[in-house]
Amino acid sequence: MNRYPLWKYAILLVALVVGLLYTLPNFFGEAPAVQVSSGKATLKLDSGMAGRVEQILSQAGLKADLVHFDGSSVKARFTDVDTQARAKDALNRSLNPDPADPSYIVALNLLSRSPGWLGAIHALPMYLGLDLRGGVHFLMQVDMKAALTKKAEAFTGDIRTLLRDKNLRHAGITRDGNNVEVRFRDRETLDAAQNLLADQLPDLAWTPSAGGGDFKLAGVLKPEAARRVQDTAIKQNITTLHNRVNELGVAEPVIQQQGADRVVVQLPGVQDTAKAKDIIGRTATLEVRMVEDSTEAAAAAAGSGPVPFGTERYVERGGGPLIVKRQVILTGENLTDAQAGFDSQTQEPAVHLTLDAKGARIFRDVTRESVGKRMAILLFEKNKGEVVTAPVIRSEIGGGRVQISGRMTTSEANDVALLLRAGSLAAPMEIIEERTIGPSLGADNIQKGFDSVLYGFIAIALFMCAYYGLFGVFSTLALAVNLLLLVAILSMLQATLTLPGMAAIALVLGMAIDANVLINERVREELRGGASPQAAIHAGYERAWATILDSNVTTLIAGLALLAFGSGPVRGFAIVHCLGILTSMFSAVLFSRGLVNLWYGRQKKLKGVSIGQVWRPQADAPEAAKS
Amino acid sequence: MEFFRIRRDIPFMRHALVFNVISLVTFLAAVFFLATRGLHLSVEFTGGTLVEMNYSQPADIAKVRATVDALRFGDVQVQNFGSPRDVLIRVPVRGDVKQDVVVRQLFEELCKAEGGAVASKQFTTDKGESVSRPTCDARGAEPVRLARSEFVGPQVGDELAADGAKALAFVVVGIMIYLAFRFEWKFSVAAIVANLHDVIIILGFFAFFQWEFSLSVLAAVLAVLGYSVNESVVIFDRIREAFRRFRKMTTREVIDHAITSTISRTIITHGSTQMMVLSMLLFGGPTLHYFAVALTIGILFGIYSSVFVAAAIAMWLGVKREDLVKAGSREIDPDDPNAGAVV
Repeated sequence: MNRYPLWKYAILLVALVVGLLYTLPNFFGEAPAVQVSSGKATLKLDSGMAGRVEQILSQAGLKADLVHFDGSSVKARFTDVDTQARAKDALNRSLNPDPADPSYIVALNLLSRSPGWLGAIHALPMYLGLDLRGGVHFLMQVDMKAALTKKAEAFTGDIRTLLRDKNLRHAGITRDGNNVEVRFRDRETLDAAQNLLADQLPDLAWTPSAGGGDFKLAGVLKPEAARRVQDTAIKQNITTLHNRVNELGVAEPVIQQQGADRVVVQLPGVQDTAKAKDIIGRTATLEVRMVEDSTEAAAAAAGSGPVPFGTERYVERGGGPLIVKRQVILTGENLTDAQAGFDSQTQEPAVHLTLDAKGARIFRDVTRESVGKRMAILLFEKNKGEVVTAPVIRSEIGGGRVQISGRMTTSEANDVALLLRAGSLAAPMEIIEERTIGPSLGADNIQKGFDSVLYGFIAIALFMCAYYGLFGVFSTLALAVNLLLLVAILSMLQATLTLPGMAAIALVLGMAIDANVLINERVREELRGGASPQAAIHAGYERAWATILDSNVTTLIAGLALLAFGSGPVRGFAIVHCLGILTSMFSAVLFSRGLVNLWYGRQKKLKGVSIGQVWRPQADAPEAAKS
Repeated sequence: MEFFRIRRDIPFMRHALVFNVISLVTFLAAVFFLATRGLHLSVEFTGGTLVEMNYSQPADIAKVRATVDALRFGDVQVQNFGSPRDVLIRVPVRGDVKQDVVVRQLFEELCKAEGGAVASKQFTTDKGESVSRPTCDARGAEPVRLARSEFVGPQVGDELAADGAKALAFVVVGIMIYLAFRFEWKFSVAAIVANLHDVIIILGFFAFFQWEFSLSVLAAVLAVLGYSVNESVVIFDRIREAFRRFRKMTTREVIDHAITSTISRTIITHGSTQMMVLSMLLFGGPTLHYFAVALTIGILFGIYSSVFVAAAIAMWLGVKREDLVKAGSREIDPDDPNAGAVV
């Protein structure tokens, strides 16, 4: 009765092998590495960069263990710190010929030492939380009220233009918070306006009211539209933050949305909050100017003449130099949105810009006067400008909706839209939580967490082996498998390991042994009751199972509550806690049973089992009043 | 080896009243201290700034306090943390001080007090990671380091407290529903009352000694709640089994039997868990200290309350054999040794 079919052993073996494979990367440690990432929002790295890095390194006579491109940066791993430093210098020299204006950021970093074949099956080491590796953590609150106000402001402009276009006279438009109010002099205009606005601006809900000879139309932002505005605002802020943080050359920055209106930024390895805040809070600005097309300007652009008075020379992205007038027509403040899309007539990829009311008016005036001329859209970052695009004006553009099209691929259109949006934050942000952890404290924490688990485990193992004999050894092995599987699952999920997480590992091991104690005590009890060894093992496992399930469910309820309502460190604790309960059910019941079956199951005439001393009450003292 | 050589069932329930009175007294004391002293909540809950400084020499707390007081941040706490060289400074939230500059100002002043000047330094660790951090430079030496800092806005703190209360409610309701479904409502009430009083007692300890109550302590409290409920579950399981097997026993005898037959498992399990927690207490350092303390209290009182209090409450509530052994299942009960006797 104590024999597992072959497939059950196969499952146990597969679980063990998979567990080992995915736990393995955690033991390799980290090696010095150099990370190359883009230094400008307008420059995107592609997989070709990895080849270029390799080429530069081989020219410098340096050998990297591994060069790989991970989507946004190229990382090269080295065996020692010395080679790493030389590689950084070599890469810096070749990639950034002008040190004053670096296109790439070359930073020193750490990369896991685990071999490539483990990476190929996505067996990666656990990601260490800030409290274990040191770094800065910011929690930022996005000012959603400001985002909504900005949107309402844009609507006010739109309403004004719409009404003017249809010749509907109004007696004033006012904005109060997120609500817009339009006043009219008579009923007919109000009705006509209501039809028009409801049709053209579906994001607003309109309610007319009349009283005291005053005809009012109140527009309120619909809840779903408000949600959309907030969603876009936070997404745009995250994109902007990504662009800015890249510049810090941080290995694995975390920029995530938390809740409806918060953003978490974690920068491992950075301790200098002042610098980090400076970079996060920086604003890139957008400017629209006219291109100078005189012959002198053409000569200046070709490099054969001086730059004419009142103009500046900028480089166009993916193109040559361009002479642009100093006078600024519009800034990014007047731009409310930029989206990639298609031209409605030619089906070419295009970028659609939306300007606010003031911007729209200026834009119409400028375009009317300069049909056929070129206009340049410039992006300023760190006080250096670059022309993102310089389209030719084909006709007067009114209504604040601008389309840039021609000679663009879909991905280019997406890039331009992103760049135009990335320049600024959609809504202001405020830091509401900030945490820095020094690197030595982090290393200290790892050691402490590791020690706690190790010594606790040893103590339990010694006790179990001494008290339950061979069954104790099986229990200890099951506990070790539990630890292995837990670490493997955490690595598979790429969960972030924090100090509370390590505490949860220790606690879960201490709790998981409960299942084995229950089983062993039950088996002893059956033996005490006079059952044969085989029957005692069988009955012990069978009867303990219901209890184990019950007790784990209650623990799991507590774990899930922590997961659902906890934040930050508590979440890390809860994830490990819940996973640990699940793995412990597998290892304590199935795995230890497998071991027991393997050892005792074959012996037909089993005389006794090694489960420590089974004390039997004397015959004159019955164990319990039997019915 | 066998620690527990129990010849006959121990009449625990004869002393049920005593156990319940002891619980009630500790419980009332805990409530009293919670009400009069209150919990010493960490900055995570109250909002504020926390800075940990690491001095190269044992720190002069009085001097640090004088320096910090000169900055006029309000009711600032300065204390040692772990070792005499580590100092922890807590600054409360104040409307007139911009929080995100507090850390820098504190560090600058303390550095000046040690005769140094703050400079931002980029350096490479021996493992080859480039790290930038503000350092305090006093003619080449570094008298004080910024080990860790934390700033929590007041709005975050309020939310955390609300979330903690929600989590506690969720656990209580979840466990009650599960137990009511799995056993019977009397058991679910008994288990929750017994274990909630554990939670109050842990909090009472934290209030009495004014230990810092942080998020990780909250996590420990909830984990221990789930854990010690499972203790009651094991005993209830046995009570149900005994009701089925020993038809002549009274409720009191059944409970005594259930507790006696599980006591060895209870002590060994909790002992093992406590070994792990002790290891955390000894090796985990100051960050895990109160986490481990909360667990220790929880485990010790957990044994007591879930074994003695929960069963006793279930008994007062009047659990009967009929509550657990369903009439329909009697004929086909595989555990029933008398099943074969029915012809």
